[in-house]
Amino acid sequence: MQDLGRIGFSEDQAVMLDVATDFCLQRSPVSTIRRLMEDELGHDPAVWKEMGELGWLGVAIPEAFGGSGLSLAEVVPMVEQMGRRLMSGPFISTTLAAQALVVGGTEAQKLAILPRLAEGTAATVALAEPDFDWEPDTVACQAQDAGDGSLILSGRKVLVGDAGLASWIIASVRYRNSPALVLIARSALPDAALRRETVIDETRRSFALDLDGVKVAKDDLLDLDLAGTTLMHLHLAANLLGAADMVGGTQSCIDYTVDYLKTRTQFGRLIGSYQALKHPIVDAYCKYEQARSHLYAAANCFGEQGVGEIAVRMAKAAADKAYSFAADRAIQFHGGFGFTYDCDAQLYRRRAIWHAANHGDAGFHKAKLAKLLF
Amino acid sequence: MQTVDPKDLAAFEADADAWFKENVVRDPGFMLPLTFMEVGTDQQFNFLRDWQNKVYDAGYLGAAWPKAYGGGGLHQDFQNAATRAMRRHHGPIMLNAIGLNWTGPLLLDMGSETHKMAHLKGILSAEDIWCQGFSEPGNGSDLGNAQTRAVRDGDHYVVNGSKIWTTLGRYAKYMILLARTDANTPKKYDGLSFFLAPMKIPGVETNPIRKLTGEHGFTQTFFTDARIPATGLMGVEGGGWKVAMRTLEFERGARGGQAGGYVAVGSNAFDVLDLARRMTRSGKPVLEDPQVADQMVEFLMEIQALSLNGQRTQVPNLVADHPQGIPLASKLMGTEMSRRLNEFAIRLTGARGAYYVGESEAVDQGIWARAYLNSFSATIGGGTSQIQANIVGEHVLGLPKS
Repeated sequence: MQDLGRIGFSEDQAVMLDVATDFCLQRSPVSTIRRLMEDELGHDPAVWKEMGELGWLGVAIPEAFGGSGLSLAEVVPMVEQMGRRLMSGPFISTTLAAQALVVGGTEAQKLAILPRLAEGTAATVALAEPDFDWEPDTVACQAQDAGDGSLILSGRKVLVGDAGLASWIIASVRYRNSPALVLIARSALPDAALRRETVIDETRRSFALDLDGVKVAKDDLLDLDLAGTTLMHLHLAANLLGAADMVGGTQSCIDYTVDYLKTRTQFGRLIGSYQALKHPIVDAYCKYEQARSHLYAAANCFGEQGVGEIAVRMAKAAADKAYSFAADRAIQFHGGFGFTYDCDAQLYRRRAIWHAANHGDAGFHKAKLAKLLF
Repeated sequence: MQTVDPKDLAAFEADADAWFKENVVRDPGFMLPLTFMEVGTDQQFNFLRDWQNKVYDAGYLGAAWPKAYGGGGLHQDFQNAATRAMRRHHGPIMLNAIGLNWTGPLLLDMGSETHKMAHLKGILSAEDIWCQGFSEPGNGSDLGNAQTRAVRDGDHYVVNGSKIWTTLGRYAKYMILLARTDANTPKKYDGLSFFLAPMKIPGVETNPIRKLTGEHGFTQTFFTDARIPATGLMGVEGGGWKVAMRTLEFERGARGGQAGGYVAVGSNAFDVLDLARRMTRSGKPVLEDPQVADQMVEFLMEIQALSLNGQRTQVPNLVADHPQGIPLASKLMGTEMSRRLNEFAIRLTGARGAYYVGESEAVDQGIWARAYLNSFSATIGGGTSQIQANIVGEHVLGLPKS
């Protein structure tokens, strides 16, 4: 029987889970979520500052570069709790940008930027393009030598998370016919280069990025020899953290619905006593527990060759199925209220769709798994 | 808590491994039952009884039960190691399932010293086969409404009524019996008592029931003025519901303490993957059909999730919100998956899905069809999936009673 990954849980993970559970509960009541949805920035800078001070941004950054030298396994419980409280903000984006540098940056880039990210300067990655393909290495944007030692970029990126807040954007490009990653300082971009996209998850801020004519130094290329590895690492890391956010969201989506089933009365009975509602929500719960098990196996095995990829793809696929089902039923089971903007069920449903659309949905990952397993 | 020396454990597992390698008979010349509910012939029964006895004698069953009652007195890790070795070498199932998995742990948990001394060793050696008398023809899911009467008469109870789905009923020496000792209590549950009842006495008759597979696996048991000793009463008269509920926790795997080994060899998703690799459709490997591939991946994910769920229950921080959630939902998840997986397997066999056990053209001697039909024993027995969903909804999620 093939090894598909296993559960493990470190002391550090336990601490992060504990701390994040309380922090996110306190900092992200639904009134705050709804206020921030209307806000242009889409997040609370005071909370972001606190996260930086708590060292959350440096968890998976090596100690030599100002972090605490742990790994994404310890980031997973934090993102899970953020997802549980539908938190917004550039945490995942900044973590991915840091991962790009940790895995594929040059020594100079690591020294210059990782300590800043660890302190809480926001950054992001720009991977998707207008072909809307989930494969990490289908890249059309270009970086070309300008002759004066600089590079001229061209092409367009889409679904760039939190670019409005980011001090750096790390974009995938083609350079001399191979995939590469390039570091772009926000200051190198004209304001018109970023256009805020209208996205289904209103707690998120996402941008289209026009790279045409943007000029960067040749030193801003990440290590070319590591580009392929780094792109794959980012693809899997993005899916791992996406799965974490989704599993957390699934849990509170079920809790939210169960609360309603325990308080709403129709025909003289609490509606949760009807099996037509009770059994599907139990089904959602079972899917949630399975998705959470997949998530913590993926966190535990992330760094293992082969097994890590299998476990992450399973985690994202399971999280998509669990969250989508739970949130879909959440709307339905709230009846007329479920159809309104005021009911939180739509927040969960929209976020589940957002995550499915970013970096691959269940069908995509299952097709990949078929290739890996059969 | 005893501490386990990893070196002792490794040596024990190596010995067990060698023993099972040496002693497992994979093909005795007739079809071996895949679960304890499928023991239909004397030939199968005798083979499995001897096998269990041999495993017990070797020290690989009941290794973690106390020595005083016939067990090995070792830490549970040792029994788990023996069970792993048994599984690695595809050992046949343990026969005396109800004794090993329900009655034994129940006695260890809440039985009297006399009961423990009288019964535990016979359970391990398979000398005393046990069956269960809970369901009745009129009361399956509504167990609390059991109507079989037990009326005190001196130092006996006189039993009248009928129990159904008695697995191993023909062979059993004892039954764990839930019977009504008082028909007039305000709450139906308070009139029930729990007995360790002998089967081979006048007034107890078993009629074989033919299952949907065409085989015999269990019986209906009839009691006609059967006199059972009052010493078999567990707990107090009228306190049977609590004992029965505890029994169900053992039965559903929500509570540990079982003797070890396994009482069913489920076909797992990897066996089905192996089947899929052998099958073709329209001249191509069936796994090249994207829809089949997608479903196969889902089953692999699901079986992996169930295994991971078990591992996660060992990490208290990761089950803090619903500590009983996974244990209470595991029967529902496991049995329903198994049913769907076996159905999927039949579909993979294409036109030969029309064949059944006994047909030489059937894929793998027709085991997939039989496994699918038999899988309902687990989605119905021990509380139907629908009852299980109510339990999870009410006891884990806190929803109001249906």
